[in-house]
Amino acid sequence: MSAGEGVLQGLSGVPLALRGPAPARVVAGFGFWLFLLSDIIMFAGLFAAYAVLSGATAGGPTGPELFEKPRVFLETLCLLASSVTCGFGTIAMFRANARAMYLWMGMTFLLGVCFLTIEGREFASMVAAGAGPSHSAFLSAFFALVGTHGLHVSMGLIWLIVMMLQVATLGFQPMVIRRLYCFGLFWHALDIVWIGVFTIVYLGAR
Amino acid sequence: MLGRLSWSAVPFDQPIVMGTCGTIVVVLLALGTLITVKGWWSYLWREWITSVDHKRIGVMYMVLGLVMLLRGFADAIMMRTQLALAAGQAAGYLPPEHYNQIFSAHGTIMIFFVAMPFVIGLMNFALPLQLGVRDVAFPVLNSVSFWLTTSGVLLVNLSLFVGEFARTGWLAYPPLSELAYSPGVGVDYYLWSLQLSGIGTLLSGINLTTTILKLRAPGMGYLRMPIFCWTSLASNLLIVAAFPVLTATFAMLLLDRYADFHFFTNELGGNPMMYINLIWIWGHPEVYILMLPVFGVFSEVVATFSGKPLFGYRSMVAATMAICVLSFIVWLHHFFTMGGGGDVNGFFGIATMIIAVPTGVKVFNWMFTMYGGRVRFTVPVYWTLGFIVTFVIGGMTGVLMAIPPADFVLHNSLFLIAHFHNVAIGGVVFGVMAGISYWFPKAFGFTLNERLGKAVFWCWFVGFFLAFMPLYALGLMGATRRMQHYPNTHWQPLMLVALAGAVVILIGIVLTVAQIAVSIRDRRANRDTTGDPWNGRTLEWSIPSPPPAWNFSVLPSVEQTDAYWEMKKTGAVRRPLPGPFVAVHVPRNTPVGIFIAFFAVILGFALIWRIEWLAALGLLGAIAVALRESWKTDREELIPAREVAAYERSHAPESALATTAVSEASFEVGHTPSVRVAAGGGS
Repeated sequence: MSAGEGVLQGLSGVPLALRGPAPARVVAGFGFWLFLLSDIIMFAGLFAAYAVLSGATAGGPTGPELFEKPRVFLETLCLLASSVTCGFGTIAMFRANARAMYLWMGMTFLLGVCFLTIEGREFASMVAAGAGPSHSAFLSAFFALVGTHGLHVSMGLIWLIVMMLQVATLGFQPMVIRRLYCFGLFWHALDIVWIGVFTIVYLGAR
Repeated sequence: MLGRLSWSAVPFDQPIVMGTCGTIVVVLLALGTLITVKGWWSYLWREWITSVDHKRIGVMYMVLGLVMLLRGFADAIMMRTQLALAAGQAAGYLPPEHYNQIFSAHGTIMIFFVAMPFVIGLMNFALPLQLGVRDVAFPVLNSVSFWLTTSGVLLVNLSLFVGEFARTGWLAYPPLSELAYSPGVGVDYYLWSLQLSGIGTLLSGINLTTTILKLRAPGMGYLRMPIFCWTSLASNLLIVAAFPVLTATFAMLLLDRYADFHFFTNELGGNPMMYINLIWIWGHPEVYILMLPVFGVFSEVVATFSGKPLFGYRSMVAATMAICVLSFIVWLHHFFTMGGGGDVNGFFGIATMIIAVPTGVKVFNWMFTMYGGRVRFTVPVYWTLGFIVTFVIGGMTGVLMAIPPADFVLHNSLFLIAHFHNVAIGGVVFGVMAGISYWFPKAFGFTLNERLGKAVFWCWFVGFFLAFMPLYALGLMGATRRMQHYPNTHWQPLMLVALAGAVVILIGIVLTVAQIAVSIRDRRANRDTTGDPWNGRTLEWSIPSPPPAWNFSVLPSVEQTDAYWEMKKTGAVRRPLPGPFVAVHVPRNTPVGIFIAFFAVILGFALIWRIEWLAALGLLGAIAVALRESWKTDREELIPAREVAAYERSHAPESALATTAVSEASFEVGHTPSVRVAAGGGS
């Protein structure tokens, strides 16, 4: 922001790389993309661990014995639908339509809560059935990978509440819009990670 | 209430530890008293601690690295002394459990809290100046990164007083680092301090990558960036790609230790080798995270002091990016002995040899840059020449160990220790020292004492060879690393030579402190009035030393590589800048960084000692600080055009000297005049 004044005027023919410092929105978005990439690499580490340890059940329960695919499918639908509502919420934000934005983001929040509830019940039933994370390396890797995703969703929900409060108190300032836009990126990235979880962990359990 | 914490955690019965603690407390008290008596607290708070200026943060990183170098070196000289004594029947003076903590702390500190702060500090300071912009992409985040690194430093040092440090080696391999074999708090200190500083490093990597890719002066296309920017870009891309793996790996070990998970345990299907693979998937790129920026420093130094453009700029860029990619497919050479089989070991062995090729390209480029130039033998050039000689030897022993059968013999021997110190000291330390003496006048407005600087160089150079060449020989004789005593008294003479080398390096470190003190004393005589003390080539030399908070009063327009050199050559440099000036936004200072770090230390300490309520307090505190900051709207300060213009006027006469007096003739290859001739205006 501080370094960009005046340099963008009359430069439409100049290649992007030569135009000087990018505007604040571009810089913030780009930085957040990098953060998301790093976050996905962290998940890659957990996925790798799961791939190595998924057969290490130590004589205990295996994936196919534990996973209820219909429930996970419902869970998946909730999360994917929340991405759609989040997208509509972002569009409403860019149109500065506060009511529509609250509505869509409220639905996003509720769908996220549904997802977490289903996941929480799955975890609770597994632990109750004697299949907690300390029973085998496979279960450790499962709880760590799926749990880390769940933790991200929880943090996303808290972030969403904070953003709604910021819109309510600060209005659609550039700063708030930048952050809400980044929240949208974060939420969609969690979808991508979940598709990996769904495919590798649940569908992969045969 | 206090978890596992009690008075028995303080090692009152160990005179060495208590003596060290006492000394540290006395030094801190003396420093605190001095600052209080002089009334410097408010200055420090306003201008440094809460600063979001990349130059100030860069300098603070360098100070942090220097302080921790003293700590890490104290560990080193204790180990060398122990090994000089503990031959045959003699047991030395360090009991095994203490010795194990010392070598673990030495490695951890030197990599994470010396080399990393040094390298990130140099990048923080120099990148925006070389790119011709006013700050990094996210200045407040930059401050948070720095202070999170400091939290890690604080926790590591706290382990001296309260509890213990890990006895597992610097990478804490399981199953030894699992709760069953390391039930104390040592490994927890290790893990939490590195998790906290790791977050700081990751945020720095994101910040600096964004800065390079999105904030450059108008006209500075990718192939017009100074080479230091390129190597820093590669390094920061590696940070973004590799540090999350470290975070995930440590998180798994923490789950094993705290929540009875079984990632790396011996029982219930855990796989310790997976940890070793994962940690080196981070660890090998880490080697290049440290090396690449200093390759950039050497490139800048060689070009500047040879008065020539860098030889093979494009091949340098290609070599840098090749190393960046290849660094991810060599990790397994750290444990060929795992038994991955001939195919696996063959692949990683060959990949390791291939990565030596772009490094070789760089070495030839530096030599061809000097060839035909009139090299000025300043302190940074000494470090560069010393580096080339030392690093080539270290690189060759590395290629030797890339051959799996040879590695089976040399694995975990002192030969390996000699190899990686050969590249770490000969590469990273020499490069950081070159960078410090090169950019010091830009940061502070006066040059460092050359005489003492050269003495420091010779101490490190000679000391390094004395200390580590014997280790190559000892390694071939069968001496292993992490060895607290040895029965074979024939090794002792070489161990004594190594100790002598460490003492010579110690003299170098003492002389560094002396060099800084003397240079501060003589600062008036050594003032850099031109802003361009070395007849530099890149944009940081086009502005006054030290630069104003906003760096560039008018953003420079770049048309070539070596932008400033071209401006001087074509006479495009005008001092005072003609204007017109516009008001400049600079980010307002904020204490959010140190506040978050404060709560992070509480969080880390509480988790180490299993004090649940305190951990919750630390976490909530950090979140509260961040939230409070996020509601602030008044984040920038406006410096009016009038003030910018006044600054330029008042700094113009001094800046004018170097730039207007350089004649066209002096730009021919091999005929670059020395600084003083250029500055004197005689030509």
